[in-house]
Amino acid sequence: MRAGQAFARKVPSGRAELWKAGRPRLARLDLELTERCNNDCIHCSINRPAGDEEARRQELTAAEIQAVLEEAASLGCLSVRFTGGEPFLREDFETIYLGARRLGLRVRIFTNAALITPRLAALLAKTPPLERMEVSVYGMTAATEGAVTRNPGSHEASRRGIELLAGRGVPFVIKGAVLPPTQHEVDRLEAWAKRTTGLDETPGFAALFELRSRRDDEAKNARIRKLRLTPAEYLSLAARRGEGQTAGLRAFVARFAGVAGDRLFTCLADSCCVDAYGRFQVCLALRHPRTVYDLKKGSLAAAVSEFLPEVREIRAADPAYLGRCGRCFLKSLCQQCPARSWAEHGALDTPVEYFCAVAHAQAVRLGVLDEGEAAWTVEDWPARVGRPAAPAKSPRNGEPAAQPSCEGG
Amino acid sequence: MTERIGLEWAYGPSEDVVVREIEGELIIVPLVAGVGDLEDELFTLNETGRAVWQKLDGRKSVRTVVSELAEEFDAPAGVLEQDVVGLLTELERRRIVVRKG
Repeated sequence: MRAGQAFARKVPSGRAELWKAGRPRLARLDLELTERCNNDCIHCSINRPAGDEEARRQELTAAEIQAVLEEAASLGCLSVRFTGGEPFLREDFETIYLGARRLGLRVRIFTNAALITPRLAALLAKTPPLERMEVSVYGMTAATEGAVTRNPGSHEASRRGIELLAGRGVPFVIKGAVLPPTQHEVDRLEAWAKRTTGLDETPGFAALFELRSRRDDEAKNARIRKLRLTPAEYLSLAARRGEGQTAGLRAFVARFAGVAGDRLFTCLADSCCVDAYGRFQVCLALRHPRTVYDLKKGSLAAAVSEFLPEVREIRAADPAYLGRCGRCFLKSLCQQCPARSWAEHGALDTPVEYFCAVAHAQAVRLGVLDEGEAAWTVEDWPARVGRPAAPAKSPRNGEPAAQPSCEGG
Repeated sequence: MTERIGLEWAYGPSEDVVVREIEGELIIVPLVAGVGDLEDELFTLNETGRAVWQKLDGRKSVRTVVSELAEEFDAPAGVLEQDVVGLLTELERRRIVVRKG
């Protein structure tokens, strides 16, 4: 022991340097508190009606959630994300939230802010989540936002909630979506978000919408398909971010491009998920029965230590996938993943044409693919992405090809 | 000895923080607003800080803590006293520990 040294080290949350020895078995957990939502957004892949009693009855109780959180904390989990549906629809939200915080968990909350009350804002100010809340805002007027949420009064309620959070100094970010009713408002929404949050960073906008993860409503899926931007429209949207974003994407592709073969699980996300009914999932959107583990029949520890590694070893068998995705070097650029294959096709390993088309359009824009060229036919891809022939190593498993986390929700 | 930390005083963890041990790291997670400078800060303690922390039970005096550490680490009490007082000053300022006696 010696004098004059720094004893306590401040560590910004989520930084890898927190761990000197090794990461815990479970670093982050996504917890879907409910699938119910006060809004009925036209593009949503999850929501059920707020008054859906059948869904509510099946949801984990606050005590059951506390048990999951306690086990997560015992596995080293430091951060939990409360998502939905709308988490604040839960009348016991306060109990659940304080239970998490008292376990020493940091909490990230996904919300539309419409149900924030003065009491909740005061709670979040006094006992801060330690992570910025993420507030979804879909329009700048009652008419445009209402056209997305299909919930009269949602715009005004959301703005009231946001004012309450800002007034109490609760940190939050704004997220949007590029949708036909509000597409013309993107610039205004960005400027408003920066003023409201006091942050310089640009809000994220969802644009490549996913189909229903429960595969429960073909009519909604048909509508979501119509809402999707064309690849050209998506490129135009991405171009708004300027050359910096393009350079960043090019660098990412250079680092993580690779051919994954029959490996399906190449996502870099370090979190797992528990759905509203107590089922462990690899991620929020992946509800394929083969990848879901019922926590009422087994422990979270078993799910993380035994079930999860088994799922990550599931290999592709679909010949179409193996002939295309399995040989494609654009995996790091493509939204294709087992969750999206599941939502689109009910299988883990079927190519999703839409995401394939978007990835190819991006690759052409980045200059690593020629117009009309299929990426899985390209043999000299290392040279195309500006990398020596040795493959990049993914941080998780040391194998080539990795995908950024989509962060779900 | 500084003016702020008395050798006969006893310190313990504040109720404003949750202390967790994960993968060998002692991690201090703020529970209420104002513990850190920023909203998302966590704290970890180095080896010295950790050795001291484990003795802060709200009953032992600072003098006793120093004495026990001197014996365990075979180190001069004068140096250790500076370490312990330095740490307590830092942790009290951040509301991570409070005086309990």
